[in-house]
Order: sequence, then C-alpha cells, then structure tokens
Amino acid sequence: MPRYLLSVHTVDGEAREPMTDEQMQRSWREIQALEAEMKSSGAWVFSARLHDADTATVVRVSNGEVVTTDGPFVEAKEHLGGFYIIEAADLDAALGWASKVTRVISAPIEVWPFVDTAGG
Amino acid sequence: MATLIRIFGDIDTAEDAVQEAFALALRKWPVDGLPPNPGGWITTTARNRAIDHLRREARGRELLAQRLIERADDASGEEVGAVQDDRLRLMFTCCHPALSTEAQIGLTLRLLGGLTTAEVARAFLVAEPTMAKRLIRAKHKIKAAHIPYRVPSEAELPERLRPVLAVLYLIYNAGTGGPSGDGLRQEAIRLARAISRLMPDEAEVAGLLALLLMTESRWAARFAPDGSLVLLRDQDRALWDRTMIAEGQAIVRACLRRNRPGPYQIQAAINAVHADAASIEATDWGQILALYDQLLAASPTAVVALNRAIALAEVRGPDAALALVDELDLEDYHLFHAARADLLRRLGRPTDAARAYARAADLAPSGAERAFLLGRVDEVGSTANEPSEALRNQSERASGTRTP
Repeated sequence: MPRYLLSVHTVDGEAREPMTDEQMQRSWREIQALEAEMKSSGAWVFSARLHDADTATVVRVSNGEVVTTDGPFVEAKEHLGGFYIIEAADLDAALGWASKVTRVISAPIEVWPFVDTAGG
Repeated sequence: MATLIRIFGDIDTAEDAVQEAFALALRKWPVDGLPPNPGGWITTTARNRAIDHLRREARGRELLAQRLIERADDASGEEVGAVQDDRLRLMFTCCHPALSTEAQIGLTLRLLGGLTTAEVARAFLVAEPTMAKRLIRAKHKIKAAHIPYRVPSEAELPERLRPVLAVLYLIYNAGTGGPSGDGLRQEAIRLARAISRLMPDEAEVAGLLALLLMTESRWAARFAPDGSLVLLRDQDRALWDRTMIAEGQAIVRACLRRNRPGPYQIQAAINAVHADAASIEATDWGQILALYDQLLAASPTAVVALNRAIALAEVRGPDAALALVDELDLEDYHLFHAARADLLRRLGRPTDAARAYARAADLAPSGAERAFLLGRVDEVGSTANEPSEALRNQSERASGTRTP
C-alpha cells in the first residue's frame, strides 16, 4: 500500500489568534479523535509534532570532517512543524485524510508520496 | 489507450504499446487489408505487445501477474461500454486537481485527444521540449503519487467535475486563437459530447456541450472573407450552423426542464436566445439580461458583470451600462476597454471612445482581434476632432506592432 507524508508547516513568529483554554481543549480532542480514526482504519503509521525550528541542529561533511552547526538546514520562514505518515490506497484516499487534518488544525497540509520500495 | 492505461496502470507502458501497434498496422494493413474492427485490433495488438514487454522484465512479471489477476473479471462483458468507461476514468485522472491546469490540458489532449506532443505544444505556443517535459513530469506525478484511474464518487463529483469542464472549455478557447484551432475546437466538442453521454445526469456537462455547440455554430460568420473579425451584431446569421444550434437548443430546453442551473447552462441559454433572433434588433435582450442576472449570482466575477452591463445597455441604454462598467476593476482586460469604447461611441463621445479602443488594442492578443480594434480607433476617431492617426500611432508604438 502506498505511503504518504502529510506535513504541517508552521510560520516562524506568525501572530496567531491566541486560543482560549476551551478552544485548545476542543482542538486537542478533535486531533485525538482523528488519530484514533486513522489508527482504527489502518491508515496511521506514525505521527509527531516537532519543537520550533530554532531547536534543530545540522550536521554535514565539510572537507572530510563532520561539522555540527546550529540549525535548521533551510533558512526559511516556514518550517516543518509536525507530520503524519499514513498508508492509503491512492492519492485520493490520502487527500481525504489530509482534508480532515487541515480542518482540525487550520493549517495547510502538504501531501508527499513515498518512493515505493517494495514494488507495489 | 484509455483501456490499456487501465489494464497496465501505467501511462508509458500503454503509450509505447499503442505506438508499436500502429507501426505494425502500417506494415500489415496495406498487405493483409483492413481488419474488421481496426480499433479493436489496435487495442488487442497493443495489449499483447505490452504483455510481451512486461514479461521480459523481472519487475514487469510481478506487475503483469498482479494486473492480470486484478483485471481478469474485466475481460468479458460489454467491451464497448468498458472502453467508454475507461475514457471517462482517464479524463478524471488527467484533470485531477493535484495536477496543474497546464498539465491537465496537456494530458487530456495527448492521451484522450490523441494529439502528438508537438501538436499540443503548438496549440499552447510553447516549445516542444517544454511541453514534453511538462507531460513527463505530470505522468511521473500520476505514477509516484498514485493518482487513481477512477470516476469519483458522488460526494466528490462536484469538485472533481469542475476542472474537467474547465479544461474542455480552455481547449475550445485555445482553438479560437491558435494556428491549429479547428482541431482543438472539434476535440473539445467531441470530448464534451463523450462525457455528456457517459454522465447523462450531470446538468453542467450538458450545459458545457450546449455552450460549445452554440458558440461553434457561429464560427463561419465570425470572420469576413479577408480574415477580419465580425461582431455578433454584424454577423450574417444565414451562415450560422442550424444543425448545431438545434442540438444546442434541445440540450438547453432539457436543462431548463431539469432545473438545476449552473454557469455553463446559463451561458448556453444566453447563446440560445441569440440563436433565436433573426437580427440583433430582434433579440430578446430582456431575457438575456435576466439570464445574466442569474449568471452573476452563480459566478460573481467582474467579467460576468461586464457582460451583464453590455446586455443592460440594450435594455436600459448605454448611459446606465457605462456607469456599471466604470465601477469594474478590469483595467488590464482588453474587452473591458472595448466595451467602454463601444458605450462611449454610442453616447456621442468619439474622442473618449477612440482612446478606449486604442487601449483595448494595446492589450488585445495579436491577430484578428487587435486588427479589429485598431480599425475601430480609426473609424471612431475620424468622427472626432482629434486626429485619429496620432492615437493609432501611439497605440501601435505601445503594443510594438508598428512596422517600419
């Protein structure tokens, strides 16, 4: 079954309307319910939320030496904030899950297909 | 082709196989004579060729076994119906919203219209390698992202049908300008006809077909013998194709009975009212304006508002229409200035009209349309105090079309 990365991008320092406790709790419950739905239908493979981009570290080879620097690797305003890895029959099914996620978290979702490794 | 893409789940495999089958046909048919069902012969031969190819590859063997098992139940039954369904499925794949509009149009013409990559490139005024790259990228995305070959479910259909209809409309419109125009317009009509036959319950599909037929019916009257553009009001209505009009009007009547209006159906109905009239004066402008009111409510865009204002001019006069037009934010749209120019001319303001025609000509695509607008600059300008030559030159300099 094809796998897809559903990535959630966050914008650094984006002034978001602060959520009330009640809103936060509702949003949390919705996310939990959605993940439960993903798991029970067999679509969920893995999911995670990431710390802000200024907590990232980059290692790279330079002149044969591994150099460690303060990250992130890409100097951009938008960074990966979290992701889901799902299994879906085809892109339409993956987009169906992505639509549900974007509704709950009110942020755009990027849907990326994995390179097939098993030949199916 | 659509059938083979379904069977093999891979566009490249299908394309290669079809090409080989045609090459074989070119060698065999002149010698052996035409087979009883040439289309079926090509499909069968291409399928066998593709199977041969897949057998030779290890990866292919796996794919083949899988495909044959999956599709074993498809082999029997109504072959023709199955082929039609395949085309519909492929249409939805080509026009999947995950693909760019350019890719959607290119794939549709290439895979369903049977145009060569060179022909598709010519139609959209891009270099062949650019179009080839665009098609390869789109096909790769279909494969990599697993865009399905499937007619969308009832729930998804409204969202998924929209780009399909938009692509056909764009293909038709591309055929009103480019050098290979006739083929594109006919292809758009052919595909719209095919889809409306396959989805008889979708009112907007019927609406699009009717709109294309009604527009096409006036094609012969749109150009004078010297190739210049003729406006609707000046067209020789005897040149309108009555067969196409009758078919279009029958569809419009069926749509009215169904009473599930949408933008394409309303535009078709507007064209049907024009087709009913013996002359521009005999046109039922009240009805056209009412239809534009409906269209504006369904798709509230500035371009629709502009067209509504043009109809309003016929009912309530150019003054009322100009007031509406001047409120629209369409500064870069040549037809906005052309419409303003026409209203100003009718209001007895030739200098302003000439200036607006000149602006329209600057913005218009080159060819018959721009030539027409430049002609109007002269015509209107000659009734004004200001010498039109100055305006005309200014306009040609600005648009870079002046010849030494």
